[in-house]
Amino acid sequence: MTNPTTVERKSERELVVTRTFQAPARIVFEAWTKPDLIRRWWTPKSFGITFVSCEADVRTGGTYRFVFSHPDFEQPMAFFGRYLEVTPHSRIVWTNEEGADGPVTTVTLEEKDGRTLLVLHELYPSKQALDDAIASGSTGASGAPEQFELLDEVLGTWLSS
Amino acid sequence: MVQYYPAHLDAAFAALSDPTRRGILERLALADASVTELAGTFQMTLTGIKKHIAVLEQTGLVSTEKAGRVRTCKLGPRRLEEEAAWIDRYRQLWHARFDELDRIVEELQRTESVNAGKRRQ
Repeated sequence: MTNPTTVERKSERELVVTRTFQAPARIVFEAWTKPDLIRRWWTPKSFGITFVSCEADVRTGGTYRFVFSHPDFEQPMAFFGRYLEVTPHSRIVWTNEEGADGPVTTVTLEEKDGRTLLVLHELYPSKQALDDAIASGSTGASGAPEQFELLDEVLGTWLSS
Repeated sequence: MVQYYPAHLDAAFAALSDPTRRGILERLALADASVTELAGTFQMTLTGIKKHIAVLEQTGLVSTEKAGRVRTCKLGPRRLEEEAAWIDRYRQLWHARFDELDRIVEELQRTESVNAGKRRQ
């Protein structure tokens, strides 16, 4: 049995993900900050993505660069940005700079009775930026085509003509 | 290559196969319209236009709302469905990541308690 993962579009430009782990915050923090550990969980097998390379200097002012491959991508895709804040065992904040209007992601860890509540918060620069991310169909990990893509194409052609 | 689409997408394509229904969508893309207005635009009886609207409504391409004696038609909630589908995929991604993370966290905890045991000896 695993704990549930919840996602909420908290406002026009925010997404919030929550999950509880059966371990103290320092352990969860370690798994988020050591590149050798990050590469073991960031690309879940069930999503068909694999790391080509994983560089992360997880400290305030450090940078990261993750390169993934996926059977649907012709070229590997790079995701990169900067760590704006890294506070041991409680908070990691980073930018997502692979696109023009990427969110700032904040992860907070809150320990209680040996368990850790993780809250991941993504703040987009504008409503339009989050709407565009949704419309692009990309969740930032998989380039698999959205089921609506074809219909959108068809509709887009008529409605714009 | 054979491609499979979800049933509701099939229904959407079927709805779009008719020129009048495509015309209704184009018209509603410009502005909302009442059933009577649409009947006028497409020179159809109210009963005839209502049938087309019902088909579009079933697929979520059009939604209608009645205020008093006027039923207004507008482009449907499909965008909301799209957003819900994206959020669900995003949740699945994080859920899959966190399941893998659970395994690593467990492993780290085991290592930590083994090491603590050694220190005590």
